[in-house]
Amino acid sequence: MMSYAVETDGLRVVRGGREVVHGFTFSVPRGSVVGLLGPSGCGKTTLMRAVVGVQIIAGGTVTVLGHPAGDRALRRRVGYATQNPAVYADLSVRENLRYFASVLGARRGDAERVIDEVGLADARDQAASSLSGGQLHRASLAIALLGEPELLVLDEPTVGLDPVLRGELWELFNELAGRGVTLLISSHVMDEAARCERLLLMREGRLLADDTPDALRAATGTQDLEEAFLHVIQEQEAVA
Amino acid sequence: MSLTITLATTRRILAQLRHDRRTLGMLIGVPSLLMVLLRYVLNQPGVFDRFGPILLGVFPFIVMFIVTSVGTLRERTSGTLERLMTTPLGKLDLLLGYALAFGITALVQAAVVGTIALTWLGLDLQGPTWTLFLVTLLDAWLGMALGLFASAFARTEFQAVQFMPAFALPQLLLAGLFVPREQMSTALRWAADVMPLSYAVEAMQELTRHGGVTDTLARDVAVIAGCALLALILGAATLRRRTA
Repeated sequence: MMSYAVETDGLRVVRGGREVVHGFTFSVPRGSVVGLLGPSGCGKTTLMRAVVGVQIIAGGTVTVLGHPAGDRALRRRVGYATQNPAVYADLSVRENLRYFASVLGARRGDAERVIDEVGLADARDQAASSLSGGQLHRASLAIALLGEPELLVLDEPTVGLDPVLRGELWELFNELAGRGVTLLISSHVMDEAARCERLLLMREGRLLADDTPDALRAATGTQDLEEAFLHVIQEQEAVA
Repeated sequence: MSLTITLATTRRILAQLRHDRRTLGMLIGVPSLLMVLLRYVLNQPGVFDRFGPILLGVFPFIVMFIVTSVGTLRERTSGTLERLMTTPLGKLDLLLGYALAFGITALVQAAVVGTIALTWLGLDLQGPTWTLFLVTLLDAWLGMALGLFASAFARTEFQAVQFMPAFALPQLLLAGLFVPREQMSTALRWAADVMPLSYAVEAMQELTRHGGVTDTLARDVAVIAGCALLALILGAATLRRRTA
């Protein structure tokens, strides 16, 4: 039970009168980097919102670090970065981080630590509104890293970043996983999938596959994950 | 709730205001200018004494309504509220954080505008000066609480800004500024009696006419405080940890 950071059982979510997540059951082992992949609009964000406990769910259960998602006990232990950078545009990077650090009760100096970790040291006194898109994403990511959470839920954290930065962030993610942090990372870019230990493939609110990249490649007889994904979709459609 | 988080929130909101120099300038400059304008438009002894304090009371209400409704709408739409809702921050921390930050702002505003009115413009106040500040502060909180509540029903900043005249102007018309409440038709009289701004205006009228704290002033203060608290509870109900 406690070997899983996230466990869902029959999770269903209804938004705007339409069911957008149809009976999702999966688990995320502790200390792993799990990629949540699928096209835009397939329900990735909704699923992540359910994991951090801000989404009203229609059925099923979501258990995070042994507690129901959104439980009071989890509020310091789960870090969340939304797809749109959730920062105060009129504050500087440092002011944003100091505020969230006090809210989270993070230790002194934690704001400076995460600024360095995401590579924003040169922009720490800049107003968030004057940052580039990529910098803004990193500022938002830095907030999620505050207080050293055990689970990080990151919605498309590498969007709009150049390959060098993307590489650096993935190094950081792997380093965090090495320290025992669990990461659930969504992406719609397949080349990022190869960097994850496990993959959850989603399409139209359904879970198509839950496996390691290697097993996926082997099962579908392809080398390329993009092709493997297509293969899985075709198989599912053939069954249906 | 946690004092550390509440105070951090207050500091954060004040820092946001501090960075927005133009807004800060307008918060202080606009009511000062209007007060001077009112003094010279009325230009009759006694008349300014009647209307000056009312403007002093209505201003923080209107300004804090706009600032809070737009501010919280931004928190809702930018995702910062959702993010805060995943942290240990309690709803009360956020509400008190806002109340403290805007309370301080309203007091600074009242201090500057009040000083200009009482010295340069020669406003004659019968009641004690502290009651003027007390009523001003409560009016600001009332505007803040209603603004927070209204922001839940706005999807865009255009809508949020327009809630101000929708909430404030009918109250101003009914508040007894233009026609005394006693002379209104029964239906309007009834409406005027349940509008919190009527009591804000009445409180200001009381402290311009009578020395000391009258029973009416005490009752008005209680009504405004009660309404602000009620609006704050309604506003709190619109802050949800889980959304659809």
